[in-house]
Amino acid sequence: MNSFIIAGRELRSLFLSPLAWTMLGVTQLILAYMFLTQIDYYLSIQPKLIGIKDAPGITDLVVAPLFGNAAVILLLITPLLTMRVISDERRNKTISLLFSAPISMSEIVLGKFMGIFAFLLIILALIALMPLSLLTVANLDSGKFLACILALALLMASFSALGLYMSAIASQPTVAAVASFGALLLLWIIDWAGSNSGNSSELFAYISIMRHYENLLRGLVKSSDLIYFALFIGSFLILSIRRLDNDRLQK
Amino acid sequence: MSRLIEVNNLTRQFGEHCAVDNLSFSLDKGEVLGFLGPNGAGKSTTMKMICGNLAPTLGEIKIGGYDIIDQPKLAKAELGFLPETPPLYPDLTVDEFLSYCAKLHGLRKAAIKKAVTHSKEKCGLTEMGKRLINNLSKGYQQRIGIAQAILHNPSVIILDEPTVGLDPIQILEIRQLIRELGQQHSVILSTHILPEVQQSCSRVQIIHHGKLVLNESIEGLSRQMSSSSLLLRTAQATDLLALKSISHIHTIDELADNYYRIHHDQGVNLAETLAKLVVNNNWGLLELTPEKHDMEHIFLSITQSSDNHE
Repeated sequence: MNSFIIAGRELRSLFLSPLAWTMLGVTQLILAYMFLTQIDYYLSIQPKLIGIKDAPGITDLVVAPLFGNAAVILLLITPLLTMRVISDERRNKTISLLFSAPISMSEIVLGKFMGIFAFLLIILALIALMPLSLLTVANLDSGKFLACILALALLMASFSALGLYMSAIASQPTVAAVASFGALLLLWIIDWAGSNSGNSSELFAYISIMRHYENLLRGLVKSSDLIYFALFIGSFLILSIRRLDNDRLQK
Repeated sequence: MSRLIEVNNLTRQFGEHCAVDNLSFSLDKGEVLGFLGPNGAGKSTTMKMICGNLAPTLGEIKIGGYDIIDQPKLAKAELGFLPETPPLYPDLTVDEFLSYCAKLHGLRKAAIKKAVTHSKEKCGLTEMGKRLINNLSKGYQQRIGIAQAILHNPSVIILDEPTVGLDPIQILEIRQLIRELGQQHSVILSTHILPEVQQSCSRVQIIHHGKLVLNESIEGLSRQMSSSSLLLRTAQATDLLALKSISHIHTIDELADNYYRIHHDQGVNLAETLAKLVVNNNWGLLELTPEKHDMEHIFLSITQSSDNHE
């Protein structure tokens, strides 16, 4: 309950600054353009697809790439969104308002997380509108489409959890942004090592976010991928709670 | 429950540095406690610990009977805290901010509006409800900080230097407000402005180098301030009994050889009588000084004497 209050304020504050509106606008513009080129491409190869048995449909050729691109854009904007949530409160000393109120640390972290996640869900809803617009002229594979939405939602939650943690450790918002961007990018590409020579590490492949994300985009909802995301989100939230608790114990 | 705050053997260390050292005190209902001390004495650290913003290294803190470590939610519900820097969100309006604080403290929807109006009224913010916090002056921001602390009608209000940055009229208003608050709540007021303590507090604690060096009611303190004394130095030994036989004299402390502090009633001047006695007896009058205590004097003598101990 208390978390919702914090989340509500977080979301409100976001929309009071131009940041949220800019993010929504820019994301939508770029993704719409990508969506358009993808449709263009689909239309150009559609005649050839008719002859092939079990050819990939519009969901595979338009929707999945759109969500893949959305992930890259999120990689760029989530750090900017999360950088201020805790480090700014600490710098402005407003954090003591939360510390002196009858709220637990977990509720504070959870509230902040939900605030960011709620904003990202708005972006998700706007992205989902684009494929839905295709319903007027074509049929979507609803299973795959829902898998894509689930994938992006999980990815957004993971990004916000990591960004939140970085904001909890960093003393300055910009440091938090750079650190979370670096961490996310590293997790994205960590399975590149050795992948060309064919002897890539199993562990690195498991750690990489992209592997799990792409599985889901292909419509493959495996429990191992879901567990990966749950672990990812959970660990960074717990780490943030521990870090915030540490503020009170500082030496 | 009359004992609202109980602090036992509180210690806080930052690395090697001991900011608060074995502090114990308690606060009853309806008291306004002035927390005095020079800069860096450990006032803010103590306040932060009482409010749960900082964990103590040792010791326990109980608020309304609840331990701040074991039952933080129950303890914090009894607290209203204004830190040194008022914790304000500049992008909210006064109304929005105060209702957010009310929600954080778990007030019900119906009660929120009433609480906000009430605390705005008390802090003179009624006209400012729709204004953005960012656009208000430092004095008004300070008032919002106080409004936030009294919003949920806590039994204990802790104010860390509430009058910093206010103009003289506002300072008077805030002191008046603190006195009013003291009638229904218990207030801890940290400050280094001495007259403020004299005007608004019922009890005074002086903290220095993390240690409690004075814990006195304001009446006791004013007794200390008014109980006048004379310093007397003579060349020859004097007859103490003869001195004591002078009326209005309470006690005579021997500070050194032939050097005395003579305590006497307030409002009588014994300098002339004393001088006559000393001269008539040929004790050789070297010095006769009336001593005057004011708050600054007590403060300085306490903080300096504890410096010498170390």
